[in-house]
Amino acid sequence: MPKFKLNTHISARFNIELENLRNSVLTMGGAIEQQLSDTLIAMRDNNRGLAEKVVFNDLNVNSMEMQIDEECLRIIAKRHPAASDLRMVLTVAKTTTDIERIGDEIERIARMIAKGKLPDSADIIKNMLSIGNHVMEMLRGTLNAFARLDSQAALLMYREDEKIDAEYKNLLSDTVAEMQRNSEKLEDWLEVLWAVRALERVGDRCKNICEYVFYLTQGKDMRHSPMESLQEKLEDLR
Amino acid sequence: MVKLFERNVLDLHNLPAEKTAIEVRDFSLQFGNKPVLKDISMAIPKHQVTALIGQSGCGKSTLISCFNRMNDLVADCQYQGEVLIDGRNIYDQRENVALLRTRVGMVFQRPNPFPMSVYDNVSYGLRLQQEKSRRVLDNTVEQALKDAALWDEVKDRLFDSALTLSGGQQQRMVIARALALKPEILLLDEPTSALDPLTTLYIEELINKIKHQCTVIIVTHNMQQAARVSDYTAFMHQGKLIEFADTDTLFTLPQKKSTEDYITGRYG
Ligand SMILES: Nc1ncnc2c1ncn2[C@@H]1O[C@H](COP(=O)(O)OP(=O)(O)O)[C@@H](O)[C@H]1O
Ligand SMILES: [Mg+2]
Repeated sequence: MPKFKLNTHISARFNIELENLRNSVLTMGGAIEQQLSDTLIAMRDNNRGLAEKVVFNDLNVNSMEMQIDEECLRIIAKRHPAASDLRMVLTVAKTTTDIERIGDEIERIARMIAKGKLPDSADIIKNMLSIGNHVMEMLRGTLNAFARLDSQAALLMYREDEKIDAEYKNLLSDTVAEMQRNSEKLEDWLEVLWAVRALERVGDRCKNICEYVFYLTQGKDMRHSPMESLQEKLEDLR
Repeated sequence: MVKLFERNVLDLHNLPAEKTAIEVRDFSLQFGNKPVLKDISMAIPKHQVTALIGQSGCGKSTLISCFNRMNDLVADCQYQGEVLIDGRNIYDQRENVALLRTRVGMVFQRPNPFPMSVYDNVSYGLRLQQEKSRRVLDNTVEQALKDAALWDEVKDRLFDSALTLSGGQQQRMVIARALALKPEILLLDEPTSALDPLTTLYIEELINKIKHQCTVIIVTHNMQQAARVSDYTAFMHQGKLIEFADTDTLFTLPQKKSTEDYITGRYG
């Protein structure tokens, strides 16, 4: 497959438009990283004010998604992109949808903190923070893979999700155990459960984005390749 | 809220005079007893690229030919209404039509090089205006060819016959010939329909650059070209102006059903 080049069109405007489009995703990605990092700080410090700020900022993330979506539509209507350009525009559209959903998940967690509903179990909070930090790493790595159109990094991040899922399962059974012990506070614990689930979902969304980056750069869909051949591919790339 | 993309779109219904290149007011035109343009009103923005699209025969060429009164050459042509450039009606009896045609240049579908050298082609209009200074002519030819993105290809063969150039080069030379007169407005009537796709993209890129020097109005039967090259697009149907809007809006959210039908390739 021909190497990926964005800025070599005869139309200088088109070059600029594609470059801006890609940058807009990075801007949105930066905003979402900030949202997650604020949420984790709010969780650690039980800082309800900061959590409220995150809830409020989600509107900004939503607006970014709408703007990028509109721009993708405009470019498709106006430029009729083909081949790698078309894949790029579609990837941007799909990626921003996932980032926006990541924003919704983060907002859910922040809402719980803002309402003062953090569980009164230091262990659970510690484990939530631990998954949260892991998810943060995955999010950052995923956005970097997108920024550099780096299929190897995308593949590595893709595989992080397995670990997050494992941590999630452990935390889930701990949480359920707490619920059984504190059945009088069931509703509060349900919220915790949702928040834990939200963290895990962020990982899933990152995984989607990794798939798009892989498809964009390699022209192949990694969802339909068996894991072994992915492994081989990873070796190849090294 | 963070604004990710900058876009300045002019309000075509309230275009201030200093941003208006051409204002068409209730303009109608007939060839004999055949109505060809029907009550057209529009304000075309200055230093922008405006595209005219619509089915063949809907009156696009006739409309742009009104902007430099090329239709005067057609025998039984009658018109009503006004076309204002810089606030003056160019159909006024006192209008100097020869001067008008240097202010409003025109390029046609097929390149029409004169059978003479590249240099003589590009300097033709200036010499008609009695420009004699060699230096002025040299400078103008060079600048116009540079603006038309042709200089590098022809600088060593300025005195070869223009007929030896390729089709795409000839069309750029014709554009240079128009630019040499420093027109305020440049009319392009399907300027790339005789050219290959890649050459077409080069000409489109050129159009995007020259809009800083003059207002560009382009007729094209190629909707994708209109979408790519223009800032504003007018859709015409059977002699009427159906919709005139910024190109992004017209191609993503047209207001009229017949526009939507046309740009999506449906039966109207
Ligand atoms: N010189 C002319 N005499 C009579 N009819 C003409 C003349 N020029 C154009 N027409 C008619 O005017 C209509 C509009 O033509 P034109 O402006 O060339 O359409 P377009 O450029 O949109 O294809 C057509 O029906 C055409 O036949
Ligand atoms: Mg025509």
